Amino acid sequence: MTALNHLTLTQAREGLAQGEFTSVELTESYLKAMEQARVLNAFTVETPDQALAMAARADARIASGDAGPLEGLPLGVKDMFATEGVATTACSNILKGFVPPYESTVTSQLWRDGAVMLGKLANDEFAMGSSTETSAFGPVVSPWRREGDTTPLVPGGSSGGSAAAVSAFLCAGATGTDTGGSIRQPAAFTGTVGIKPTYGRCSRWGIIAYASSLDQAGPFARSVNDAAILLRSMAGHDAKDSTSVNMRVPNYEDAVGVSVKGKRIGIPREYRVEGMSQEICELWEQGADMLRDAGAEIVDITLPHTKYALPTYYIVAPAEASSNLARYDGVRYGNRVPGKDIIDMYERTRAAGFGPEVRRRIMIGTYVLSAGYYDAYYLKAQRVRTLIKRDFDDVFAQGVDAILTPATPSPAFGIGEKSNADPVEMYLQDVFTVTVNLAGLPAISVPAGFSADGLPLGLQLIGRPFEEETLFALGQAVEDAAGRFPVEDHWWSR
Amino acid sequence: MNAHARPADPRKLIKGATGDWEVVIGMEIHAQVSSNAKLFSGASTAFGGPPNDHVSLVDAAMPGMLPVINKECVAQAVRTGLGLKAQINLRSVFDRKNYFYPDLPQGYQISQYKSPIVGEGEVIVDLSDSETITVGIERLHLEQDAGKSIHDLSPSLSFVDLNRSGVALMEIVSRPDLRSADEARAYVTKLRSILRYLGTCDGDMEKGNLRADVNVSVRKPGEPLGTRCEIKNVNSIRFIGQAVEVEARRQIEILEDGGSIDQETRLFDPNKGETRSMRSKEEAHDYRYFPDPDLLPLVLEPGFVTELEGELPELPDAKKARFIADYGLTPYDASILVAEKETADYFEEAVKAGGVSRNAKLVANWVMGDVAAYANTAGVSISRTPVSAAQVGALVDLISDGTISGKIAKDLLVIVLAESYAGDLRALVEERGLKQVTDTGAIEKVVDEIIAANPDKVAQVLAKPTMLGWFVGQVMKASGGKANPQAVNDILKQKLGV
Repeated sequence: MTALNHLTLTQAREGLAQGEFTSVELTESYLKAMEQARVLNAFTVETPDQALAMAARADARIASGDAGPLEGLPLGVKDMFATEGVATTACSNILKGFVPPYESTVTSQLWRDGAVMLGKLANDEFAMGSSTETSAFGPVVSPWRREGDTTPLVPGGSSGGSAAAVSAFLCAGATGTDTGGSIRQPAAFTGTVGIKPTYGRCSRWGIIAYASSLDQAGPFARSVNDAAILLRSMAGHDAKDSTSVNMRVPNYEDAVGVSVKGKRIGIPREYRVEGMSQEICELWEQGADMLRDAGAEIVDITLPHTKYALPTYYIVAPAEASSNLARYDGVRYGNRVPGKDIIDMYERTRAAGFGPEVRRRIMIGTYVLSAGYYDAYYLKAQRVRTLIKRDFDDVFAQGVDAILTPATPSPAFGIGEKSNADPVEMYLQDVFTVTVNLAGLPAISVPAGFSADGLPLGLQLIGRPFEEETLFALGQAVEDAAGRFPVEDHWWSR
Repeated sequence: MNAHARPADPRKLIKGATGDWEVVIGMEIHAQVSSNAKLFSGASTAFGGPPNDHVSLVDAAMPGMLPVINKECVAQAVRTGLGLKAQINLRSVFDRKNYFYPDLPQGYQISQYKSPIVGEGEVIVDLSDSETITVGIERLHLEQDAGKSIHDLSPSLSFVDLNRSGVALMEIVSRPDLRSADEARAYVTKLRSILRYLGTCDGDMEKGNLRADVNVSVRKPGEPLGTRCEIKNVNSIRFIGQAVEVEARRQIEILEDGGSIDQETRLFDPNKGETRSMRSKEEAHDYRYFPDPDLLPLVLEPGFVTELEGELPELPDAKKARFIADYGLTPYDASILVAEKETADYFEEAVKAGGVSRNAKLVANWVMGDVAAYANTAGVSISRTPVSAAQVGALVDLISDGTISGKIAKDLLVIVLAESYAGDLRALVEERGLKQVTDTGAIEKVVDEIIAANPDKVAQVLAKPTMLGWFVGQVMKASGGKANPQAVNDILKQKLGV
């Protein structure tokens, strides 16, 4: 029999419903796997006692016929989500030891639906990064290795802990947040499925803010169907978030497996970026073939402002971040480094609390909002953002249902490979994903193939606003054609 | 005509060594919105309470917290805009004003910068019966208040109380249309009156619920505007006047000594009667305003505004016009009566009490005179004095029908106030024997006695008829004030032959 933690979330749900095993047994299986995988450094906090207690309650509800949609299913939570009574730090020293007295809306909905919390998952500090190397808890190691090579690789970021944990069977699914690609890029690097829903689909209440107009929560899973199940519980209107949208949440699972016949899939020519590797080009073509074979129509499209997306993102996101992170001042919570006066205390606290990448973005953001520079940077970026959104509106108005692109310009890279280089090297990781956040659209990353050295590669499907169902249908078509991408070599538990 | 276009009024100029100076004043009033909950959180806005008791997770800026606009605060801002005859902007935007301070938990204040909820309006200010100015309102916007830093509880530490943090404020910005300390005081008084009528701000300056940033500059009449200084957070109408005066003096002295004014922020010290530099233009913060991405633009339905407009109470200007038209009051009396809605209501109730029509002018005199004086001394509002509006009406009736004289009426009022007498005044007059004596026989008897007892005075009055007053006084005294003064006068004149 397959180890319980190797089941997909969908399979585990079925097994629990059939009484083949209990949630406590399933949870114990995950807790054991977590224990054996500490070398991956995916979890910042493990909550085994809480997990077993939740699992026992879930078993009772299953037994009494009161099971919720996620009853008894063990999940991991990105450290950006506030979890009541469990340390929540955004993987930053400035919040070290912070234990919120409140639970984020998204995670509270998961627990409402019966899920079991295994612990908190690492991310780049304040979700700023594409490799999870900027975490104050140290880098997360990908369960994946290149063929015949033991070089430790990054799981991507910022939700690298989530991607690594789901990929390494350390949880049945996990939450992530995506501001410029922080779900989709790590999903692509780890052979997992990740979806960033439409801006406003999930409540941001209780999620530590990085860039408020771009941040969205979404799930990581080992199959498209698993992701659909999780998103249904995560999504929904929240009166506590003014930007959350009051729309019915569909049962996304119903969309999985629906025929994609006749769907028009756009291939944007601007995504053929300079220096893109041959294997990524080929993956993209294979993806188009998979969808064509499933009955979709492939059309060439143009998104003319694409090349401005990355610079626009690196103005808007740091600008918002510079303001969002002002609250970490050592006055009320988190770390404080004493100083001779209040200004000195602020400076010492923030210098000690924030890592180099966070400091860099705060400085960029402060600069672009400053008097005399605001119009040239922030205001111009907002205008370009409007144009980028209009590009997508135009394409959708022409009858395109979804857009197919690579998820990343490369497979996973080695730890230290880019973090010691020019920061722009790292920023280029987001080149295919940031446009989606700037336009507020939903997009899914689905594994679709391997690189020459055996690393998973992902494709991105971008949908119309609030048409996540289309993405689940198309994602399943890719999964049907390409299969799933479980890690074969469990080197970390040997 | 907007006041900034009016020519310099010689009576308002300040004399300097080199000639006359004109002071130019504009004001930013911070008015706390009357609401139960804060602008972006559900925490209470109640005054007082133990420190940090009215603080939600949002107010303390805990990680991941988000603001949600309080609709009642929006309605209050719209009501205020309508009361200022101002443009209501159906689309407005909340911005973040970024700066670090321990009592500003978010590290930014949510305010409205480029797109305020209310645009241009005006306030009509009566300075006297003959002088009225119109002060332009540039804008009104909604913003959060900060918390309070307390520096005097410990030699080495400061404390922060976040009870006020996030409370809604309306910042009401005037044009530089004011030309004297008196005008500045009158403007704030009038604006406060409008806010209180609307119920959008209680105007309690002692609690800091209404405070002013006063922009002051001086110039020679006819010249362009001078460099201004902003005096921050002045918290009483009296201090506003004083601050304007000392600041204008300071600037004039500098200019007359050949110096120039530095644009800066200053603080008024009422104890020393001076303003002090707080920070210069160079030290001014770069607030890095940008639209708050946690809040969507605030879009109002036209119907929402229309509905609020329909529910607006009668405001001071309309009430004043009605008092002049309906009751024949002078504009000055009317403006005094309408300044506080309570006083105006009290006056109207007194005029109409018992369904009889009575002399409104007389009622106004009693309300503004003895009743207001008592209320002032007692430190209570007019409606809280022991004398009811109906009793004031009855008092005026007793005078009008000759039952008592004005002099006795004053005594009667003293009795009512001292004894908190709540009954019928006519009965009280009977009971205390205060009824006016109009029986000429009785008066004649007293007159005769006084003439007989004072032959020297009789001789004097024949030579100097104004001496009659002495006789009137003696008769009134002898009658215990109850004799009808007109009858006394008539009989004396007849008997003395003057």
